[in-house]
Amino acid sequence: MLIWALFAGMTIIAVSIVLVPALRRRRGESASVEAGEVAVYRDQLAEIDRDVEAGLVGTVEADAARAEISRRILRAGRHVDATRAASGGSRLVPILAAVLVPIIAVGLYARLGHPTMPDMPLEARKTAAPAGNSLEELVAKVEAHLAANPNDTRGWEVLAPTYMHLGRFDLAAAAWRNAIRTGGPTDRRYNELGRTLVAGGDDQVSPEARAAFEKSLEIEPNGILPRFFLAVALSQDGKKAEAVAAWKDIVGRGKGDEPWLADAREELARAEADLAGRPFEPPAPAPAAPSAPAAPSTAAPGPSASDVEAAAKMSPEERAKMIETMVDRLRDRLWTSGGPLDDWLRLIRFQTMIGQTDAAGQSLDKARAAFAGDAAALARLDALAGAKP
Amino acid sequence: MIVEIGHYALVLALALALVQSVVPIWGAVKGDERAMALAGPISVGQFLFVAVSFAALTYAHVVSDFSVVNVFENSHSTKPMIYKVSGVWGNHEGSMLLWVSILALFGALVAFFGRNLPQTLRANVLGVQAWVAVAFYLFVLLTSNPFARFGQPPMEGRDLNPLLQDVGLAIHPPLLYLGYVGFSIAFSFAAAALIEGRIDAAWARWVRPWTLTAWVFLTLGIAMGSYWAYYELGWGGWWFWDPVENASLMPWLAGTALLHSAIVMEKRDGLKIWTILLAILAFSLSLLGTFLVRSGVLTSVHAFATDPARGVFILGILVLFVGGSLTLFAARAATLTKGGLFAPVSREGALVFNNLFLTAGTATVFVGTLYPLMLEATTGGKISVGAPFFDMTFGPLMVPLLIALPMGPFLAWKRGDILAVVQRLAAVMVLSVVAVLVTWILKGHDILPALGVGLATWLMLGSLAEILWRIKLFTEPGVSLRRAVGLPRSAWGTFLGHFGVGVMLLGIVAEGAWKIEHVLVMKPGDHIRVERFDVAFERAVPNSGPNWDEVIARFKVTDGTSNPPIVMEPSKRTYRTRSMPTTETAIETYGLFSQLYLAIGEAQGEGVAMRIYWKPLVLLIWIGTLIMSIGGVVSLTDRRLRVGAPTPHRAASAAAMPAAAE
Repeated sequence: MLIWALFAGMTIIAVSIVLVPALRRRRGESASVEAGEVAVYRDQLAEIDRDVEAGLVGTVEADAARAEISRRILRAGRHVDATRAASGGSRLVPILAAVLVPIIAVGLYARLGHPTMPDMPLEARKTAAPAGNSLEELVAKVEAHLAANPNDTRGWEVLAPTYMHLGRFDLAAAAWRNAIRTGGPTDRRYNELGRTLVAGGDDQVSPEARAAFEKSLEIEPNGILPRFFLAVALSQDGKKAEAVAAWKDIVGRGKGDEPWLADAREELARAEADLAGRPFEPPAPAPAAPSAPAAPSTAAPGPSASDVEAAAKMSPEERAKMIETMVDRLRDRLWTSGGPLDDWLRLIRFQTMIGQTDAAGQSLDKARAAFAGDAAALARLDALAGAKP
Repeated sequence: MIVEIGHYALVLALALALVQSVVPIWGAVKGDERAMALAGPISVGQFLFVAVSFAALTYAHVVSDFSVVNVFENSHSTKPMIYKVSGVWGNHEGSMLLWVSILALFGALVAFFGRNLPQTLRANVLGVQAWVAVAFYLFVLLTSNPFARFGQPPMEGRDLNPLLQDVGLAIHPPLLYLGYVGFSIAFSFAAAALIEGRIDAAWARWVRPWTLTAWVFLTLGIAMGSYWAYYELGWGGWWFWDPVENASLMPWLAGTALLHSAIVMEKRDGLKIWTILLAILAFSLSLLGTFLVRSGVLTSVHAFATDPARGVFILGILVLFVGGSLTLFAARAATLTKGGLFAPVSREGALVFNNLFLTAGTATVFVGTLYPLMLEATTGGKISVGAPFFDMTFGPLMVPLLIALPMGPFLAWKRGDILAVVQRLAAVMVLSVVAVLVTWILKGHDILPALGVGLATWLMLGSLAEILWRIKLFTEPGVSLRRAVGLPRSAWGTFLGHFGVGVMLLGIVAEGAWKIEHVLVMKPGDHIRVERFDVAFERAVPNSGPNWDEVIARFKVTDGTSNPPIVMEPSKRTYRTRSMPTTETAIETYGLFSQLYLAIGEAQGEGVAMRIYWKPLVLLIWIGTLIMSIGGVVSLTDRRLRVGAPTPHRAASAAAMPAAAE
């Protein structure tokens, strides 16, 4: 409520600034134009004397200048009669103006301001109770703690997965590096660093990530996860024979009941197919269905795995082009020979997604024409149209 | 709460400015004293409220209150305190708030110092000042509100543009704005004179200190900006003829002409039309500068066209004030009484010459700055008008002006004797020719720089000769000291101002003609010879600051003498939040004015791209502008210039003129 009192106080000050001088009794004394003008001319007369003294002007010129200035003084004097001195005045106008001040101020502020919103200095927010705090605020708190105690390994290890969760892969990788720096190298920390780098690099195993996995293997020569990634890296680099050897090595390390073994076998088969230059036939969904926690994401089983991997290996431009070709193919088919409603809906959604909004509009019109008699289909089309921005 | 207090204070300032823009002028028309008397207190009140508003925004920046959008977009909690504060005006909204704050400050100062201005003039001046204020309050509140809030504030801000996290840029905008906005006073006086239809020597006397103040700040502001570009951007250049720079140069040129015109008006009651027109031009160009920099039209005409709210608003302000004042000028200028007559060869004549060349110079800069924008807006074609254009147009225009400059102060008012002036300057002419010859012989028979050095010598010695002649050092050395003390301070100001131009020119010529530039890739262990220096790259060292990481390249520099080698450490910084790199140059000054300049570029394999410059006499460029500004300040302290000194004029003039009192 204090704020309202302050607003009121400020308004009163502003109004009185307008009112007080208006209501005060006039003293009736004010500098006239002429007084100021004559003062300047008198100074000029004095300056001429000084210029003579300085030798800037000769006596003749000085006399001429004096005469000139004297004429100006006379002219200024004549103005005194011409202009009448202003006096008094009405109180109505200032009072009217004083009334307008709060109206304008309150009216405009009501539109623009947020009078009930408190200040939110960062320090105060950081020390506030954690209840109801967002993830970002918690992160900020841990960050502040680590800025003050940069050697707190546990802090970095807590922060790193959170950054991953927020999609800040660069920060997550930096956090793991800090954890390694402060807590010493362990295979787990290097594995996590490597995984973070892969996740942040569009699932590509960068040289940096490879170095991390190699370090992990130096510490724990029996590690499986780093071997997985290093094998993927070999295929990624086109070293097909070496990749097959690496996968064989991994499969050979399994006793038979490890959760990752199925994935490793599948990858081996894929690598062998790749080496032989024949298309890879994915096996039927593995009985040990859920993929192992240690399995890299690129090895996820499923019918589309090869497509996804192919897409993953493409550059973003290539990928966009591939999607565009697929959408165009679908469009050509539906626009020329028609198709089921679900295909139409998919087409419209895709076209909107890749920015072909005009084409999406045309598809919508064509679909509406095709299903003109089908109320349920039209309703779904309308719902989709409504959902589009 | 403090933030909202600041917001409300800004709205109240607008309400007061609205009253101030109407009531006093109405009073002046009606002869209503009560209404006219409102102008003073309201302009002081207006300033108080804006000051509260500015303080509130500063507070929000200092405590990192990210619920304020402006703070979120331009601040970061790890930023050093000085840049948290300078970040207040390091962005669009905050800088416009600074603009209106300074406008209100000047209004309050006029109200305070102008208490014995003629009543109607004071009411009209403050009324016109309030028109400008209203336009800019509306602009700030409606299109660029620094007090916009977030309901769910983020935990961290986006940080200030790293290039602006620099001491130079912390003080550059306030100086520049003090200059820009200072011309608003001259503008208001000019508009008031046109409204009243009368203008006299007294008018010029009140206008001159305000113009001088604005000019001093603008000079310092431009010099500061130029020095910042020199050491921060890492390209070694000090003036790029960039539209942003030109935007500040144009009002400066017009303001310089205005300053000289006002002298004629004050002393001789002449050049009235010139003075009024220049006052309007100087402020109009300040508005244009604000428009160019603040509307985003420079970044891209198209970006401006797609988000035109701000640009169109400022354009509206520009059209309203420039168009309005010029219309007023066209309608009323003829009614102003003509000033005294003078011969072509006279001090007045010299100052008209000065006005003509400065105005023409302004026009060339204007064309060079706006033509590319116009072309892009109309045809979509992109051209860039750079240094070659300005070197060929602006340069030649300035040469006759600079040649004439030392002669002007020697000329008498009304009718001068050019032969007498030539006689008095004969020794200086001989010395200047000697300077040309010596430079030509010593510096590789290159005629242009030699002529440049000659011109700089002519300017420096010429202005020195004038002051020595005034104190009769050569004719009556006995009285020199007494005369030097008795000389009006404005005479010393003239000397310093003109001398500074010569010093600056010497720096420009030397830097332009004899700089040495090496761009190369260096690996640790490499060394290179630049002029007389041996520059050895020792190693790269990583380092980190509060909100940035950097790689320092450590260099050992020996200067070919027995002096111990010095270490120079240019670095490349990356600011964490914006992941934006900046170059931190390493600069070492030799022989007072010359500098060795090291800047790191991109890493190239194992090495790093280096730019190494030897800049002879480069510091003179800014020392010259500093001397010019000091001249302005000295002239400002001249008692004769004080507006509305409360003592009766007879005593004041006696105290100010001991020479005359003898």
